[in-house]
Amino acid sequence: MFDDFFIRALVAGIGVAIVTGPLGCFVVWRRLSYFGDTLAHSALLGVTMAYSFQFNIAISVFLISSLIALILIKLQKRTNLPGDALLGLLAHSSLAVGLVVIGFLTFIRFDIMGLLFGDILAVNVTDLLIIWFGGGLILLVLKIIWKPLFASTVNYELAEAEGLNPDRAKAIFTILMAALIAISIKMVGLLLITGMLIIPAAMARNLSDSPFKMVLFSIIGGLLSVLIGLFSSLEFNTPSGPSIIAAALFLFILSLFRIKQSIQLKN
Amino acid sequence: MSSENILVKLDKAGLKQNNKWLVKGVTLQVEKGKIVTLIGPNGSGKSTTAKIALGIYKNIDGNVEKYTNKVGYVPQKISIDWTLPLRVNDFMLLTENLKDDEINNALSLTGVVHLKNKNLGTLSGGEFQRVLLARAISKKPDLLVLDEPVQGVDFTGEIALYELIKDISEKLNCGILLISHDLHTVMSATDHVVCLNGHVCCSGSPKDVARNNEYKALFGEQASQTLSLYEHKHDHTHGHDGEIKKN
Repeated sequence: MFDDFFIRALVAGIGVAIVTGPLGCFVVWRRLSYFGDTLAHSALLGVTMAYSFQFNIAISVFLISSLIALILIKLQKRTNLPGDALLGLLAHSSLAVGLVVIGFLTFIRFDIMGLLFGDILAVNVTDLLIIWFGGGLILLVLKIIWKPLFASTVNYELAEAEGLNPDRAKAIFTILMAALIAISIKMVGLLLITGMLIIPAAMARNLSDSPFKMVLFSIIGGLLSVLIGLFSSLEFNTPSGPSIIAAALFLFILSLFRIKQSIQLKN
Repeated sequence: MSSENILVKLDKAGLKQNNKWLVKGVTLQVEKGKIVTLIGPNGSGKSTTAKIALGIYKNIDGNVEKYTNKVGYVPQKISIDWTLPLRVNDFMLLTENLKDDEINNALSLTGVVHLKNKNLGTLSGGEFQRVLLARAISKKPDLLVLDEPVQGVDFTGEIALYELIKDISEKLNCGILLISHDLHTVMSATDHVVCLNGHVCCSGSPKDVARNNEYKALFGEQASQTLSLYEHKHDHTHGHDGEIKKN
Protein backbone atom coordinates (compact mmCIF):
# COMPACT_ATOMS: atom_id res chain seq x y z
CA MET A 1 0.00 0.00 0.00
CA PHE A 2 2.88 2.36 0.80
CA ASP A 3 4.64 1.45 -2.43
CA ASP A 4 3.21 4.37 -4.29
CA PHE A 5 5.06 7.64 -3.62
CA PHE A 6 1.83 9.59 -3.77
CA ILE A 7 0.14 7.46 -1.11
CA ARG A 8 3.20 7.88 1.14
CA ALA A 9 3.04 11.65 0.59
CA LEU A 10 -0.64 11.70 1.53
CA VAL A 11 -0.13 9.63 4.68
CA ALA A 12 2.80 11.86 5.72
CA GLY A 13 0.88 15.04 5.02
CA ILE A 14 -2.18 13.89 6.94
CA GLY A 15 0.00 12.96 9.92
CA VAL A 16 1.70 16.33 9.98
CA ALA A 17 -1.57 18.27 9.56
CA ILE A 18 -3.13 16.56 12.58
CA VAL A 19 -0.20 17.69 14.74
CA THR A 20 0.24 21.21 13.33
CA GLY A 21 -3.47 21.94 13.94
CA PRO A 22 -3.42 22.18 17.74
CA LEU A 23 0.21 23.34 17.96
CA GLY A 24 -0.50 26.06 15.40
CA CYS A 25 -3.34 27.38 17.57
CA PHE A 26 -0.91 27.85 20.44
CA VAL A 27 1.59 29.50 18.09
CA VAL A 28 -1.11 32.02 17.12
CA TRP A 29 -2.42 32.50 20.67
CA ARG A 30 1.00 32.91 22.23
CA ARG A 31 2.38 35.02 19.34
CA LEU A 32 5.15 32.56 18.61
CA SER A 33 5.17 32.65 14.81
CA TYR A 34 8.60 34.24 14.62
CA PHE A 35 9.84 31.85 17.29
CA GLY A 36 8.63 28.96 15.13
CA ASP A 37 10.48 30.50 12.19
CA THR A 38 13.68 30.66 14.20
CA LEU A 39 13.47 27.02 15.20
CA ALA A 40 12.74 26.06 11.59
CA HIS A 41 15.72 28.04 10.25
CA SER A 42 18.00 26.37 12.74
CA ALA A 43 16.79 23.04 11.37
CA LEU A 44 19.10 23.48 8.39
CA LEU A 45 22.03 23.28 10.76
CA GLY A 46 20.47 20.14 12.17
CA VAL A 47 20.26 18.59 8.71
CA THR A 48 23.89 19.35 7.93
CA MET A 49 24.91 17.86 11.28
CA ALA A 50 22.97 14.73 10.40
CA TYR A 51 24.83 14.41 7.10
CA SER A 52 28.21 15.17 8.66
CA PHE A 53 27.91 12.55 11.38
CA GLN A 54 25.76 10.00 9.53
CA PHE A 55 22.90 10.56 11.94
CA ASN A 56 19.12 10.39 11.66
CA ILE A 57 17.87 13.73 10.28
CA ALA A 58 14.78 14.02 12.49
CA ILE A 59 16.70 13.38 15.71
CA SER A 60 19.51 15.72 14.69
CA VAL A 61 17.07 18.52 13.78
CA PHE A 62 15.23 18.00 17.05
CA LEU A 63 18.45 18.30 19.06
CA ILE A 64 19.71 21.40 17.25
CA SER A 65 16.30 23.15 17.42
CA SER A 66 16.03 22.41 21.14
CA LEU A 67 19.56 23.75 21.61
CA ILE A 68 18.66 26.97 19.77
CA ALA A 69 15.54 27.36 21.92
CA LEU A 70 17.69 26.93 25.03
CA ILE A 71 20.23 29.51 23.79
CA LEU A 72 17.36 31.92 23.12
CA ILE A 73 16.07 31.59 26.69
CA LYS A 74 19.59 32.19 28.06
CA LEU A 75 20.12 35.23 25.81
CA GLN A 76 16.77 36.70 26.85
CA LYS A 77 17.88 36.61 30.47
CA ARG A 78 21.41 37.90 29.88
CA THR A 79 21.03 40.70 27.34
CA ASN A 80 18.90 43.81 27.03
CA LEU A 81 18.07 43.15 23.39
CA PRO A 82 14.39 42.89 22.49
CA GLY A 83 13.00 39.42 21.84
CA ASP A 84 12.46 39.88 18.10
CA ALA A 85 16.06 41.02 17.58
CA LEU A 86 17.32 37.92 19.40
CA LEU A 87 15.04 35.71 17.31
CA GLY A 88 16.29 37.30 14.10
CA LEU A 89 19.88 36.93 15.25
CA LEU A 90 19.47 33.23 15.96
CA ALA A 91 17.31 32.49 12.90
CA HIS A 92 19.59 33.99 10.32
CA SER A 93 22.88 33.09 11.90
CA SER A 94 21.89 29.43 12.27
CA LEU A 95 20.65 29.43 8.68
CA ALA A 96 23.90 31.03 7.52
CA VAL A 97 26.10 28.68 9.54
CA GLY A 98 24.10 25.76 8.17
CA LEU A 99 24.73 26.91 4.58
CA VAL A 100 28.42 27.49 5.29
CA VAL A 101 28.75 23.96 6.66
CA ILE A 102 27.07 22.65 3.50
CA GLY A 103 29.81 24.43 1.54
CA PHE A 104 32.39 22.32 3.34
CA LEU A 105 30.53 19.07 2.76
CA THR A 106 31.51 18.93 -0.90
CA PHE A 107 31.39 15.14 -0.95
CA ILE A 108 27.59 15.12 -0.43
CA ARG A 109 25.09 16.32 -2.98
CA PHE A 110 22.48 18.45 -1.25
CA ASP A 111 18.99 19.07 -2.47
CA ILE A 112 18.85 22.63 -1.09
CA MET A 113 15.46 23.32 -2.64
CA GLY A 114 14.11 20.18 -1.00
CA LEU A 115 15.42 21.34 2.37
CA LEU A 116 14.02 24.84 2.05
CA PHE A 117 10.65 24.02 0.54
CA GLY A 118 10.12 20.37 1.35
CA ASP A 119 10.11 17.25 -0.75
CA ILE A 120 7.08 15.33 0.39
CA LEU A 121 7.19 13.08 -2.63
CA ALA A 122 10.54 11.67 -1.48
CA VAL A 123 9.12 10.58 1.88
CA ASN A 124 10.01 6.95 2.65
CA VAL A 125 8.47 4.42 5.04
CA THR A 126 10.92 5.30 7.86
CA ASP A 127 9.83 8.93 7.56
CA LEU A 128 6.20 7.84 7.83
CA LEU A 129 6.94 5.95 11.03
CA ILE A 130 8.76 8.98 12.47
CA ILE A 131 5.88 11.30 11.54
CA TRP A 132 3.14 9.08 12.96
CA PHE A 133 4.90 7.88 16.10
CA GLY A 134 6.57 11.23 16.78
CA GLY A 135 3.34 13.07 16.02
CA GLY A 136 1.34 10.78 18.29
CA LEU A 137 3.82 11.38 21.08
CA ILE A 138 3.68 15.16 20.56
CA LEU A 139 -0.13 15.14 20.75
CA LEU A 140 -0.09 12.95 23.85
CA VAL A 141 2.29 15.29 25.67
CA LEU A 142 0.29 18.31 24.50
CA LYS A 143 -2.86 16.76 25.94
CA ILE A 144 -1.11 16.25 29.28
CA ILE A 145 0.14 19.86 29.51
CA TRP A 146 -2.97 21.34 27.89
CA LYS A 147 -4.55 22.79 31.03
CA PRO A 148 -1.53 24.65 32.45
CA LEU A 149 -0.41 25.73 28.97
CA PHE A 150 -3.82 27.02 27.98
CA ALA A 151 -4.47 28.69 31.34
CA SER A 152 -1.15 30.50 31.22
CA THR A 153 -1.83 31.53 27.63
CA VAL A 154 -5.00 33.23 28.84
CA ASN A 155 -3.37 34.68 31.94
CA TYR A 156 -0.02 33.73 33.40
CA GLU A 157 -0.66 34.99 36.92
CA LEU A 158 -3.95 33.13 37.29
CA ALA A 159 -2.29 29.90 36.24
CA GLU A 160 0.66 30.45 38.56
CA ALA A 161 -1.50 31.55 41.52
CA GLU A 162 -3.80 28.56 41.22
CA GLY A 163 -0.93 26.10 41.23
CA LEU A 164 -0.72 24.99 37.57
CA ASN A 165 3.04 25.43 37.09
CA PRO A 166 2.92 27.36 33.78
CA ASP A 167 6.72 27.66 33.45
CA ARG A 168 7.11 23.92 33.16
CA ALA A 169 4.30 23.75 30.59
CA LYS A 170 5.98 26.49 28.55
CA ALA A 171 9.32 24.69 28.55
CA ILE A 172 7.69 21.43 27.46
CA PHE A 173 5.80 23.26 24.72
CA THR A 174 9.08 24.62 23.35
CA ILE A 175 10.41 21.07 23.12
CA LEU A 176 7.22 20.00 21.33
CA MET A 177 7.75 22.76 18.77
CA ALA A 178 11.28 21.53 18.10
CA ALA A 179 9.97 17.97 17.78
CA LEU A 180 7.26 19.03 15.33
CA ILE A 181 9.78 20.82 13.12
CA ALA A 182 11.98 17.74 13.22
CA ILE A 183 9.25 15.42 11.99
CA SER A 184 7.76 17.74 9.39
CA ILE A 185 10.87 19.32 7.86
CA LYS A 186 10.93 16.85 5.00
CA MET A 187 7.35 17.53 4.08
CA VAL A 188 7.05 21.31 3.77
CA GLY A 189 10.64 22.42 4.25
CA LEU A 190 12.15 24.80 6.72
CA LEU A 191 10.96 28.01 5.08
CA LEU A 192 7.34 26.91 4.94
CA ILE A 193 6.76 24.94 8.14
CA THR A 194 5.65 28.01 10.10
CA GLY A 195 3.09 28.62 7.37
CA MET A 196 1.69 25.15 7.97
CA LEU A 197 1.40 26.06 11.66
CA ILE A 198 -0.09 29.52 11.33
CA ILE A 199 -2.28 29.62 8.24
CA PRO A 200 -4.75 26.82 9.14
CA ALA A 201 -4.93 28.19 12.72
CA ALA A 202 -5.56 31.70 11.42
CA MET A 203 -8.30 30.36 9.18
CA ALA A 204 -9.80 28.49 12.12
CA ARG A 205 -9.80 31.67 14.23
CA ASN A 206 -12.10 33.28 11.68
CA LEU A 207 -14.60 30.45 12.07
CA SER A 208 -14.56 29.69 15.80
CA ASP A 209 -15.99 31.05 19.00
CA SER A 210 -14.30 28.62 21.39
CA PRO A 211 -10.76 27.25 21.77
CA PHE A 212 -11.90 23.68 21.13
CA LYS A 213 -13.56 24.64 17.84
CA MET A 214 -10.49 26.55 16.77
CA VAL A 215 -8.28 23.49 17.31
CA LEU A 216 -10.76 21.31 15.43
CA PHE A 217 -11.10 23.68 12.46
CA SER A 218 -7.35 24.14 12.41
CA ILE A 219 -6.85 20.39 12.01
CA ILE A 220 -9.53 20.20 9.34
CA GLY A 221 -8.01 23.18 7.53
CA GLY A 222 -4.58 21.56 7.63
CA LEU A 223 -5.95 18.27 6.28
CA LEU A 224 -7.80 20.01 3.44
CA SER A 225 -4.67 21.99 2.59
CA VAL A 226 -2.63 18.79 2.34
CA LEU A 227 -5.25 17.09 0.17
CA ILE A 228 -5.85 20.04 -2.16
CA GLY A 229 -2.15 20.89 -2.28
CA LEU A 230 -0.96 17.37 -3.08
CA PHE A 231 -3.59 16.62 -5.68
CA SER A 232 -3.02 19.92 -7.44
CA SER A 233 0.73 19.42 -7.32
CA LEU A 234 0.18 16.07 -9.06
CA GLU A 235 -2.24 17.63 -11.53
CA PHE A 236 -0.27 20.78 -12.43
CA ASN A 237 3.21 19.43 -11.70
CA THR A 238 3.93 22.16 -9.10
CA PRO A 239 6.24 21.71 -6.06
CA SER A 240 4.32 19.92 -3.34
CA GLY A 241 5.28 21.93 -0.20
CA PRO A 242 4.44 25.35 -1.67
CA SER A 243 1.25 23.89 -3.18
CA ILE A 244 0.08 22.79 0.29
CA ILE A 245 0.78 26.26 1.75
CA ALA A 246 -0.94 27.94 -1.22
CA ALA A 247 -3.98 25.71 -0.62
CA ALA A 248 -3.96 26.78 3.05
CA LEU A 249 -3.88 30.40 1.96
CA PHE A 250 -6.82 29.76 -0.35
CA LEU A 251 -8.82 28.33 2.58
CA PHE A 252 -7.84 31.31 4.75
CA ILE A 253 -9.15 33.71 2.12
CA LEU A 254 -12.42 31.76 1.97
CA SER A 255 -12.72 32.02 5.77
CA LEU A 256 -12.52 35.82 5.51
CA PHE A 257 -15.85 35.82 3.68
CA ARG A 258 -17.37 34.00 6.61
CA ILE A 259 -16.27 36.87 8.93
CA LYS A 260 -17.74 39.46 6.60
CA GLN A 261 -21.00 37.53 6.62
CA SER A 262 -21.19 37.25 10.40
CA ILE A 263 -20.43 40.96 10.80
CA GLN A 264 -23.25 41.75 8.40
CA LEU A 265 -25.56 39.46 10.32
CA LYS A 266 -24.80 41.29 13.55
CA ASN A 267 -25.69 44.66 12.05
CA MET B 1 -5.58 29.31 67.29
CA SER B 2 -4.39 25.98 66.01
CA SER B 3 -1.72 25.97 63.34
CA GLU B 4 -3.50 23.50 61.08
CA ASN B 5 -6.07 26.16 60.26
CA ILE B 6 -3.44 28.35 58.66
CA LEU B 7 -3.70 28.50 54.87
CA VAL B 8 -0.96 30.92 54.04
CA LYS B 9 1.64 32.57 56.18
CA LEU B 10 3.93 35.48 55.33
CA ASP B 11 6.93 36.08 57.56
CA LYS B 12 8.75 39.40 57.04
CA ALA B 13 8.03 39.00 53.34
CA GLY B 14 9.03 41.69 50.90
CA LEU B 15 9.84 42.29 47.25
CA LYS B 16 12.58 44.45 45.80
CA GLN B 17 12.46 45.31 42.13
CA ASN B 18 14.99 47.55 40.36
CA ASN B 19 16.54 48.46 43.70
CA LYS B 20 13.23 49.67 45.07
CA TRP B 21 11.21 47.94 47.74
CA LEU B 22 7.65 47.48 46.53
CA VAL B 23 6.70 46.19 49.94
CA LYS B 24 8.79 45.13 52.88
CA GLY B 25 8.58 43.16 56.09
CA VAL B 26 4.98 41.96 55.81
CA THR B 27 3.95 39.42 58.39
CA LEU B 28 0.43 38.08 58.22
CA GLN B 29 -1.49 34.87 58.04
CA VAL B 30 -4.84 33.78 56.63
CA GLU B 31 -6.79 31.07 58.43
CA LYS B 32 -9.78 28.96 57.47
CA GLY B 33 -13.07 30.81 57.72
CA LYS B 34 -11.41 34.17 58.33
CA ILE B 35 -11.33 37.30 56.21
CA VAL B 36 -8.11 39.28 56.24
CA THR B 37 -8.26 42.64 54.52
CA LEU B 38 -5.39 44.69 53.19
CA ILE B 39 -5.92 48.43 53.12
CA GLY B 40 -3.62 51.26 52.21
CA PRO B 41 -3.11 54.04 49.69
CA ASN B 42 -2.18 53.50 46.04
CA GLY B 43 1.27 52.07 45.62
CA SER B 44 1.37 50.83 49.20
CA GLY B 45 2.03 47.27 48.09
CA LYS B 46 -1.38 45.65 48.54
CA SER B 47 -1.47 43.80 45.22
CA THR B 48 2.21 42.92 45.56
CA THR B 49 1.53 41.43 48.99
CA ALA B 50 -1.35 39.39 47.55
CA LYS B 51 0.88 38.10 44.76
CA ILE B 52 3.60 37.23 47.26
CA ALA B 53 1.04 35.24 49.23
CA LEU B 54 0.00 33.46 46.03
CA GLY B 55 3.58 32.55 45.16
CA ILE B 56 3.59 34.46 41.87
CA TYR B 57 6.87 36.21 42.66
CA LYS B 58 9.91 34.01 42.93
CA ASN B 59 12.69 36.25 44.27
CA ILE B 60 11.11 37.45 47.46
CA ASP B 61 12.67 38.49 50.71
CA GLY B 62 11.59 36.71 53.88
CA ASN B 63 9.33 33.69 53.92
CA VAL B 64 5.99 32.69 52.51
CA GLU B 65 4.37 29.35 53.14
CA LYS B 66 1.24 28.22 51.38
CA TYR B 67 -0.48 25.20 52.92
CA THR B 68 -3.04 24.64 50.21
CA ASN B 69 -3.13 24.37 46.44
CA LYS B 70 -6.87 24.95 46.16
CA VAL B 71 -6.67 28.65 45.48
CA GLY B 72 -9.08 31.02 43.79
CA TYR B 73 -7.67 34.33 42.59
CA VAL B 74 -9.33 37.49 41.33
CA PRO B 75 -6.52 39.75 40.12
CA GLN B 76 -6.84 43.51 40.15
CA LYS B 77 -5.84 43.84 36.55
CA ILE B 78 -6.23 41.13 33.97
CA SER B 79 -5.44 41.48 30.32
CA ILE B 80 -6.84 38.83 28.08
CA ASP B 81 -5.64 38.44 24.57
CA TRP B 82 -8.52 38.53 22.10
CA THR B 83 -6.70 36.35 19.59
CA LEU B 84 -8.20 33.66 21.79
CA PRO B 85 -11.81 32.79 21.11
CA LEU B 86 -12.98 32.41 24.70
CA ARG B 87 -16.51 32.16 26.03
CA VAL B 88 -17.42 32.64 29.67
CA ASN B 89 -17.94 28.89 29.89
CA ASP B 90 -14.39 28.18 28.64
CA PHE B 91 -13.02 30.73 31.08
CA MET B 92 -14.79 29.02 33.99
CA LEU B 93 -12.99 25.79 33.09
CA LEU B 94 -9.59 27.47 32.89
CA THR B 95 -7.86 25.96 35.91
CA GLU B 96 -10.33 23.35 37.12
CA ASN B 97 -12.51 20.66 35.56
CA LEU B 98 -15.98 21.67 36.71
CA LYS B 99 -19.32 20.02 36.09
CA ASP B 100 -21.89 22.02 34.19
CA ASP B 101 -24.13 22.56 37.23
CA GLU B 102 -21.14 23.75 39.27
CA ILE B 103 -20.51 26.39 36.60
CA ASN B 104 -24.16 27.41 36.49
CA ASN B 105 -24.29 27.58 40.26
CA ALA B 106 -21.26 29.85 40.58
CA LEU B 107 -22.45 32.12 37.76
CA SER B 108 -25.90 32.37 39.35
CA LEU B 109 -24.37 33.39 42.67
CA THR B 110 -22.72 36.40 41.06
CA GLY B 111 -25.76 37.03 38.85
CA VAL B 112 -24.28 36.39 35.42
CA VAL B 113 -25.54 32.93 34.46
CA HIS B 114 -27.21 34.44 31.37
CA LEU B 115 -23.76 35.36 30.00
CA LYS B 116 -22.47 31.78 30.02
CA ASN B 117 -22.14 31.42 26.25
CA LYS B 118 -21.11 35.00 25.56
CA ASN B 119 -17.64 35.76 24.30
CA LEU B 120 -15.48 37.15 27.09
CA GLY B 121 -14.53 40.15 24.97
CA THR B 122 -18.12 41.35 24.69
CA LEU B 123 -18.69 41.72 28.45
CA SER B 124 -18.80 45.06 30.23
CA GLY B 125 -16.31 45.79 33.01
CA GLY B 126 -18.78 45.01 35.77
CA GLU B 127 -20.02 41.84 34.08
CA PHE B 128 -16.46 40.64 33.60
CA GLN B 129 -15.71 41.33 37.27
CA ARG B 130 -18.68 39.15 38.26
CA VAL B 131 -17.42 36.37 35.98
CA LEU B 132 -13.95 36.63 37.55
CA LEU B 133 -15.45 36.28 41.01
CA ALA B 134 -17.65 33.37 39.91
CA ARG B 135 -14.63 31.59 38.45
CA ALA B 136 -12.64 32.05 41.65
CA ILE B 137 -15.38 30.65 43.90
CA SER B 138 -16.57 27.90 41.55
CA LYS B 139 -13.71 25.57 42.39
CA LYS B 140 -14.60 25.74 46.09
CA PRO B 141 -11.14 26.90 47.10
CA ASP B 142 -9.56 26.75 50.53
CA LEU B 143 -8.01 30.14 49.96
CA LEU B 144 -9.57 33.04 48.07
CA VAL B 145 -7.44 36.02 47.14
CA LEU B 146 -9.61 38.89 45.98
CA ASP B 147 -7.87 42.00 44.70
CA GLU B 148 -10.57 44.66 44.55
CA PRO B 149 -13.18 42.13 43.46
CA VAL B 150 -16.05 44.56 42.94
CA GLN B 151 -14.34 47.27 40.89
CA GLY B 152 -16.65 48.56 38.21
CA VAL B 153 -19.69 46.82 39.67
CA ASP B 154 -22.81 48.94 40.17
CA PHE B 155 -23.68 50.13 43.69
CA THR B 156 -26.38 47.59 44.58
CA GLY B 157 -24.33 44.83 43.01
CA GLU B 158 -21.36 45.85 45.13
CA ILE B 159 -23.27 45.36 48.38
CA ALA B 160 -24.67 42.03 47.19
CA LEU B 161 -21.25 40.77 46.14
CA TYR B 162 -19.68 41.68 49.49
CA GLU B 163 -22.54 39.83 51.19
CA LEU B 164 -21.76 36.89 48.93
CA ILE B 165 -18.06 36.98 49.80
CA LYS B 166 -18.90 36.96 53.52
CA ASP B 167 -21.34 34.14 52.91
CA ILE B 168 -18.80 32.06 51.01
CA SER B 169 -16.18 32.35 53.71
CA GLU B 170 -18.71 30.89 56.17
CA LYS B 171 -20.17 28.24 53.86
CA LEU B 172 -16.93 26.91 52.42
CA ASN B 173 -14.96 27.68 55.58
CA CYS B 174 -12.31 29.13 53.32
CA GLY B 175 -9.84 31.84 54.18
CA ILE B 176 -10.07 35.10 52.26
CA LEU B 177 -7.36 37.65 51.62
CA LEU B 178 -9.25 40.72 50.47
CA ILE B 179 -8.00 43.99 49.09
CA SER B 180 -10.58 46.70 49.24
CA HIS B 181 -10.84 50.44 49.02
CA ASP B 182 -14.23 50.45 50.68
CA LEU B 183 -13.47 51.12 54.34
CA HIS B 184 -17.09 50.67 55.34
CA THR B 185 -17.08 47.10 54.06
CA VAL B 186 -13.69 46.46 55.55
CA MET B 187 -14.91 47.52 58.98
CA SER B 188 -18.11 45.47 58.87
CA ALA B 189 -17.04 42.20 57.27
CA THR B 190 -13.43 41.67 58.22
CA ASP B 191 -11.85 39.64 60.98
CA HIS B 192 -8.41 41.10 60.64
CA VAL B 193 -7.16 44.27 58.97
CA VAL B 194 -3.64 44.89 57.77
CA CYS B 195 -2.89 48.48 56.99
CA LEU B 196 -0.06 48.76 54.46
CA ASN B 197 2.07 51.64 53.35
CA GLY B 198 5.10 49.93 51.84
CA HIS B 199 5.33 48.09 55.15
CA VAL B 200 2.77 47.09 57.76
CA CYS B 201 1.65 50.31 59.45
CA CYS B 202 -0.64 48.53 61.85
CA SER B 203 -2.80 45.46 62.01
CA GLY B 204 -5.43 43.89 64.19
CA SER B 205 -9.20 43.71 64.46
CA PRO B 206 -11.05 46.47 62.59
CA LYS B 207 -11.80 48.22 65.88
CA ASP B 208 -8.20 48.10 67.05
CA VAL B 209 -6.95 49.36 63.74
CA ALA B 210 -9.48 52.19 63.67
CA ARG B 211 -8.18 53.34 67.05
CA ASN B 212 -4.58 53.02 66.03
CA ASN B 213 -2.67 56.26 65.64
CA GLU B 214 -0.85 55.19 62.52
CA TYR B 215 -4.16 54.28 60.94
CA LYS B 216 -5.52 57.70 61.85
CA ALA B 217 -2.44 59.27 60.39
CA LEU B 218 -2.96 57.29 57.22
CA PHE B 219 -6.70 57.68 56.78
CA GLY B 220 -7.47 60.80 58.81
CA GLU B 221 -9.08 61.32 62.24
CA GLN B 222 -12.59 60.39 61.23
CA ALA B 223 -12.07 57.15 59.38
CA SER B 224 -15.52 56.80 57.89
CA GLN B 225 -16.28 55.41 54.48
CA THR B 226 -16.61 58.88 53.06
CA LEU B 227 -12.99 59.56 53.72
CA SER B 228 -10.91 59.45 50.63
CA LEU B 229 -7.92 57.20 50.88
CA TYR B 230 -5.80 59.64 49.02
CA GLU B 231 -6.08 62.60 51.34
CA HIS B 232 -4.30 61.05 54.26
CA LYS B 233 -1.18 62.50 55.79
CA HIS B 234 1.93 60.44 56.30
CA ASP B 235 4.01 60.56 59.41
CA HIS B 236 6.95 59.33 57.40
CA THR B 237 8.30 59.19 53.89
CA HIS B 238 10.07 56.45 52.03
CA GLY B 239 13.54 56.54 50.53
CA HIS B 240 14.18 55.11 47.09
CA ASP B 241 15.05 51.75 48.57
CA GLY B 242 11.90 51.75 50.66
CA GLU B 243 13.62 52.79 53.87
CA ILE B 244 11.37 54.68 56.27
CA LYS B 245 12.26 58.20 57.24
CA LYS B 246 10.30 59.88 60.03
CA ASN B 247 9.17 63.41 59.20
